[in-house]
This record gives sequence, C-alpha cells and structure tokens, in this order.
Amino acid sequence: MHPALSVIFFTTATGAGYGLLALLGVYAAFGLLPSDLALGLVSLGIALGLISAGLFASSGHLGHPERAWRAFSQWRSSWLSREGVAAVITYVPAGLFALGWILFGQTGGWVAGAGLLAALCAAITVAMTGMIYASLKPVAEWHTPFTLPAYLIYAAMTGLTLLNAILQGFGLGGRTLVGLAALATICGWGWKRATWRHDRDRSGLPTVNSATGLVGGTVHSIQWPHTERNYLLKEMGFRIARKHSGRLRRIMQALAFGIPTLLFACALLAPGWVAILASISAALIQFAGMLVERWLFFAEATHTVTLYYGRES
Amino acid sequence: MTCLPAKTEKQLGLAIDLDTCVGCQACVTSCKEWNTGGHMAPLSDTNPYGADPDGVWFNRVHTYEHTTAAGGRTVHFPRSCLHCAEPDCVTVCPTGASFKRSSDGIVLVDEDKCIGCKLCSWACPYGAREFDTEVRVMKKCTLCVDRIYNENLPEEDRVPACVAACPTGARHFGDFSDPNSSISRLSAERGGVELMPELGYRPSNRYLPPRERTQNAATVSARPLEAVTAEGGFLGWVDRILSR
Repeated sequence: MHPALSVIFFTTATGAGYGLLALLGVYAAFGLLPSDLALGLVSLGIALGLISAGLFASSGHLGHPERAWRAFSQWRSSWLSREGVAAVITYVPAGLFALGWILFGQTGGWVAGAGLLAALCAAITVAMTGMIYASLKPVAEWHTPFTLPAYLIYAAMTGLTLLNAILQGFGLGGRTLVGLAALATICGWGWKRATWRHDRDRSGLPTVNSATGLVGGTVHSIQWPHTERNYLLKEMGFRIARKHSGRLRRIMQALAFGIPTLLFACALLAPGWVAILASISAALIQFAGMLVERWLFFAEATHTVTLYYGRES
Repeated sequence: MTCLPAKTEKQLGLAIDLDTCVGCQACVTSCKEWNTGGHMAPLSDTNPYGADPDGVWFNRVHTYEHTTAAGGRTVHFPRSCLHCAEPDCVTVCPTGASFKRSSDGIVLVDEDKCIGCKLCSWACPYGAREFDTEVRVMKKCTLCVDRIYNENLPEEDRVPACVAACPTGARHFGDFSDPNSSISRLSAERGGVELMPELGYRPSNRYLPPRERTQNAATVSARPLEAVTAEGGFLGWVDRILSR
C-alpha cells in the first residue's frame, strides 16, 4: 500500500495525542495531577496540538476536503465515519477538562470527571482508527487480530513516554512513571515482533488462482492491461525492496523501542538532569521511530489487487 | 446510506466466458468510449500522449498463462466491478457516496458526495475502483446504468457497452437473482465461478472457466509439399550435386 505522508503523520500524531490526553484524564481522576497552570498549558497544548495537527493533516489526502463534513454521516456502517464522529465528540470533554484546568486552575471534581470522559473518548477514537485498517479484508497484513490492539498499545506507549517527558521537564517525574513508560515500550516491541511472526506464518490467503478463478496448476501474468503504472498500482501496488525493509525494520526497532528503553533505564538509574534529558530524548526519538513504524505499516501491506498483476503470493 | 440493502429485487451482472475471450480489448475501449460521456463522465486521462500516460478505465483485460497437468494455455481475463452482494467498498464509505441499489443490485458512486478519501478502493479486493485525479472523486463501473434502461436506444442495444462490443460473444448480461434467467442457466451449465469467494464479498459476476481440452479432435496434417525421400535417377544426381 502506498505510504501517504498525510496518513502516516495523522495516525502517529493522533495516536500520541490521544494517548497523552487519556493519561492526563486518568491521572486527574486518580487525583495525581497537580493543578499547575504551566503544566496544564504545556501538556494539554501538546496533546490537543498533536490531535488537531493530525486531524488537519488527514484531510490532506482527500480529493475534496471541502466536503469532509459529509464524512460524519455514515457511522452506522463505516469505521472511518465513526472515527470522525468520535474525534469531534472527544473535543467536548477534552475542552471542558482544559477549561477547568487552565481557566479555573483545578484538576479535581468535575474537571477530573471531564478528564476521565476525555480519556474514554480518546481510547474509542484510537480504536476506531485501528478498525479502519483491521476491517479491510483485501489487505492481509491489516485484517488480523493484531491491528486493533497495536493502535491502542502504541497510543498508550507514546502517550506514556510523552507524559513522562513533560512531568520530568516540570520536575514532577517519578520512577513509577519511567518504569511504566519502559514497560509499555517493551510491550509495544513484543507486539510488533509477534505481528511480524504472525504475518510470516499466515496461510489460506487468496491466491492468483482464486483471484482469477483458474483452478489448479500455476497462473502467470504474461501481459498487463496497460504499459504504465495506473491508479491501482500507484495506490495499492507499492513495493518495498526486501533489503530496505530489513534495514528499516532495524532502524524502526532501535528508534521506537530499543533506544527509548535504554534511555528509560538511564532515567531510572540516574535521577536529576540525566533523567530529564533522557526522558525528553526518549519521547522525541520514539515519535520518530513511530513515524517509521507507520511508514512500514503501509509500505509492507499487500493488497489482493496485486495478485492480478503477477504477485506470486 | 452506505448500509447494504437487506434484499435486492434483481441482481444484474455479467457472465464472462474465459473460453471464448480472445483478449481483443474491444470491451475495454467500448466501455471507455461510452462511459467517458455517460453517468460517471468524464473518465479522465492524464498525459495521454506523454511518457507516463494514465487514466481511468472501468474494464481492463489481463492475460495469463495457466499451466496444469494437461498443458499450458493462454487465458485472457477481463476484470471489472463484480457488483458484489456484500461489497465492503460501500460499507466503508464515510459519506454515503457509495451505494448499492435495492432495485437491481448495481453498485454506484454519487460523485457529488464523494470526498475522494480512496478508502473504498482499498476495500475492493478486485481493483474495480479507480480514482480520477482530475475530478478528484472515485469512479467505477456502472454496469452501463445509462444504457440498460435507456428508452432512446433500440432494445437490442440496452445492454452494457462491453457486452454489445464483444465480437466473440464472451460477455453475457442478465439477472442472477432469477435462477431461470438465461445468464443463471448459462452460469450453472458452464460451472461459472466467483472470484476470491474466501473473502466473503459474494460477487455477482461469474467467470465461465475455459472448457476441458477435447481428445476427440481430428488429427489435421497437411500433405508434404515435396517428397521427403531421396529421388533416384538424373534428378537425384543433380539434387545430390547441388546439396553439397
């Protein structure tokens, strides 16, 4: 599948943004969130900034962005429509949460309630995003039980890493949060490797035989209907060279999981400015790693239409 | 609404005979010619005479070599919308632009509602939908909805353009919901197959597989143009001298 930059940035940024928003809400519900104005401005600014920038970027790949309002209408059948509705609804409790924290300087009571509601809405929105991909039967790498949890896990992981970086920056960090971020990162790494193992070992997928209805034997494409690449090949026929795939997978694992885990270990061992620096670096490096992860999520996904153009399996 | 109709009154579709298709591309060009002025018009072309031409087509013919124990054969394979009973391309549409008609089961796009998110083309396993980069909306086969009910056309022309154009009669049009329709009987008789049934889209169009090879055909051999055994006598001597 063609890795469109707008969609890669959209899913990565909103994942991290909703993850952070949800964790802030949960923190407020547990009474762990200090009602500090600067902290509120920075943390909610980053969360809502990432969400809004991502949503704005997602309209970048539309043919007719001016008709985007129509996308809220088909929530009965379409995961994309549900995602749009959920994203808009999330702004209501998130806005109240921000209002209470920043304007009224409180993070308890009704503000905590709004925070918890925002957390729930954020989780639902991320789940809708995951379902857009998980529901697509023609893309075997996406239509698996791994896709929906992956979106939730990576949102929680990047959200925790961001929250840890922000709280460390304000001198409010703690070893528990660093530990949680490290744990989420290791979970994310394990989930990614399990997904790859599942993709490698899968069987029973459509073949060129079932795609053409020609039973038995071998079916080789000897002539395309056209000489140049058409929409189908540009959009669904993206191929990534095997050697690049291997290298990018290693780069992605280092940036998204390996280096952040090491930095969290540093933060646990050496509190103070080392922990602050390590935590902020971990957030930035992991975000870059997740952009590579999302690029690979698209680039490595194969669509059944390529069977018609000679993909062997 | 992008929810699918519980039941369609009819299910129009095509039966495509892979035994008789000769890959002449007449259905492809005829489709383009009709539809670039029809319901989904235009079918834009970009850079048509340049180095990297591209454009929207509803019907494309692939060619495959199918090799089995019985030997190999060339199969021409026209690929277009199958007007599925359970088309995910419709249900994924966030705007209601994609829909399946309850009257005849045809899957269509309302161009005025399409936001061009392309998700429907991802959801189609068969590559039936193509994005028009000029008009910036998704386009697809309409089963020539503007021909088949068109009272301005003579009755025999009220079939999809691809069917009307086929010189070998490899394309058949009709109602699959009626088990006694000619297309249903043809499909049953020839063992018409669904493409990728394992994905559960329940496509309406059927592909009639190439017929079994017959062992009863006469052995055709032409008479040799000249004698293959060496001639004797004077001419034989001349032949031997000249052949040196």
